[in-house]
Amino acid sequence: MLESKFVETIVGLFVALGVAALFMLAMKVSNLSSLGEDGGYDVTARFLNIGGLKVRSPVKMAGVVIGRVKDIELDRQSYEAVATLSLASKFDKIPTDTSANIYTAGLLGEQYVSLDPGAEDTFLKDGDRITLTQSAVVLEQLIGRFLYQKAAGDEG
Amino acid sequence: MTNHRLSPQTINDPLVKIRGVTFRRGTRLIFDNVDIDIARGKITAIMGPSGCGKTTMLRIIGGQLRPDSGSVVVDGHEVPALSRRALFTLRKRMGMLFQSGALLTDLNVFDNVAFPLREHTDLPESMIRDLVLMKLEAVGLRGAKHLSPNQLSGGMQRRVALARAIALDPLMIMYDEPFTGQDPISMGVLVRLIKLMKDALGITSIVVSHDVQETASISDYIYVISAGKVVGEGTPETLRNSASEWVRQFMDALPDGPVPFHYPAPDYEEDLLSGGRA
Amino acid sequence: MTQALETLGRAGLRSFERLGRGQIFMAYVLAGIPEIALRWRLVVHQVYAVGVLSLVIIVVSGLFVGMVLGLQGYNTLVDFGAEESLGVLVALSLVRELGPVVSALLFAGRAGSALTAEIGLMKTTEQLSAMEMMAIDPLHRVVAPRFLAGIISMPLLAAMFSAVGVYGGYFIGVGLLGVDEGAFWSQMQDAVDLRDDIFNGVIKSIVFGVAVTWIAVFEGYDTVPTAEGISRATTRTVVNSSLAVLGLDFILTALMFD
Repeated sequence: MLESKFVETIVGLFVALGVAALFMLAMKVSNLSSLGEDGGYDVTARFLNIGGLKVRSPVKMAGVVIGRVKDIELDRQSYEAVATLSLASKFDKIPTDTSANIYTAGLLGEQYVSLDPGAEDTFLKDGDRITLTQSAVVLEQLIGRFLYQKAAGDEG
Repeated sequence: MTNHRLSPQTINDPLVKIRGVTFRRGTRLIFDNVDIDIARGKITAIMGPSGCGKTTMLRIIGGQLRPDSGSVVVDGHEVPALSRRALFTLRKRMGMLFQSGALLTDLNVFDNVAFPLREHTDLPESMIRDLVLMKLEAVGLRGAKHLSPNQLSGGMQRRVALARAIALDPLMIMYDEPFTGQDPISMGVLVRLIKLMKDALGITSIVVSHDVQETASISDYIYVISAGKVVGEGTPETLRNSASEWVRQFMDALPDGPVPFHYPAPDYEEDLLSGGRA
Repeated sequence: MTQALETLGRAGLRSFERLGRGQIFMAYVLAGIPEIALRWRLVVHQVYAVGVLSLVIIVVSGLFVGMVLGLQGYNTLVDFGAEESLGVLVALSLVRELGPVVSALLFAGRAGSALTAEIGLMKTTEQLSAMEMMAIDPLHRVVAPRFLAGIISMPLLAAMFSAVGVYGGYFIGVGLLGVDEGAFWSQMQDAVDLRDDIFNGVIKSIVFGVAVTWIAVFEGYDTVPTAEGISRATTRTVVNSSLAVLGLDFILTALMFD
């Protein structure tokens, strides 16, 4: 029979260790430290092609994650993709002529929305639309175009 | 010590009244219409050959098993009809000594005896300590209070279990085969302790046993059970002189009698000649 | 043929009967939880027996699983030039699946079997019966604290398993194979989501904790009171709770990561 105090101390340590492990997973392994889930504002952006963009893909500015893709819809009239981007409220000074591009992180990495800031003095608010957009680069198209140009170049 | 619990009207009533109890296990009839009275402040023995359901009777009295029919009244309460809560309240006044002792193996001797006190009372630790030491002194094992149960011999375990059973000062104690598998010295100690419990504390005792000599030496009244029925009852002297074949066979330890030597089987000669077809 | 069907039917009915008894048993145990929560010391002692004593096997296994993930992951990813995603692979595998599942399987083998054997032995040696005769409900006094301790310990153990595993992968990937440290952590943080991955992993381990401990205490309480009965019950605990963990894992994964 072990001493009660000893057992209780050990169990206290055990629970503390367990909670510390959970905390470590939350802070160091996941993205808790980078972004709050709510309290942001939404803007929309239209793309001709979103490629492999998905809901919850990151939205970055200068490489820093400032938000997430919240929703992706297809506009039934214009056949454009409408992406709703949820941006953290602390990034509230984003000019209205900011452009949105869909890039790929590395050759095989996931796709994300990159915002390039404009120069206007007015800033984006909840519900605004980003008008300057550039669609995702689809690898097949790129290779196709490259081969075509190459062929044309060889002839000329 | 326990007399304050007894009102004058009830003092002559038996503490336990069993009437017409029938109990089946599966299709086997264990008890067939059994009547037993346990007198207050006396040692009553229930005896019978192994496997006749003596322990089952204790479990019926304690409410762990429910008889198929009949009534079991303990101190005015109809046990099979009690709610769980009422049954537990009644059990606080019953002690039971299991054949194995049934000490809690993860607690030491002291904590085992203190266990019912800590569970059922809010007594301060110093008082619990005094009470436990008193109970342990009564069974002569105060010196063993720091040992763990598996460091004790079987006889000592039973004595600790007895100290635990009397921790809450019960009205009665049920002893399940207290003498089985004991050396003569431990047996003598247990016999003396059971008698002491009755004489000093006035505790009603029910002893279930098949050890004829020891049990007869301390009992005030004996019931002999065989094949599900009470086949004889009376004081030890009456039983010794009983004319009943059943009682004779049991008290004199005869190998064959109403309880046959042979388990029921088809005819011997036929069985041998059947060549394994049966 | 008919006999085979009959045997099958009887086995099926028996398992249903056991399942029913298990549920009634659980209802009684749960009824004892509020009372036992007040006597937290009982639970603390069981957390020691169930959780602390499983700590070594959990931490060591977590470390090795993480290191193996690091090696295997690196060898696969390096072919695609994507070895910087090693952190993602290690962390997601651990947090979503291996952490909860492997630690629950180890928990079933270490703590579950011990619980079954302990309660089964208490039943065989009439300790539970003796408690009942002392007007103490063994479901509340013996089973409920053990059950609660299992539920508390399991998610903590799983979290430690995952955390140690991530460091195991880090040690192999960054320490030995030369993956860039910054990329290892940052890619991991980018890909691992608090709610979708970590939170769901914790939910999984809580569900597994309930399942394994429930099976363990029930098998112990339902033991046939003989030496053979205890050994059979212990085996059943390990087999049934492992199956339950894997089956539940599939269901939970399908619900969580659709």
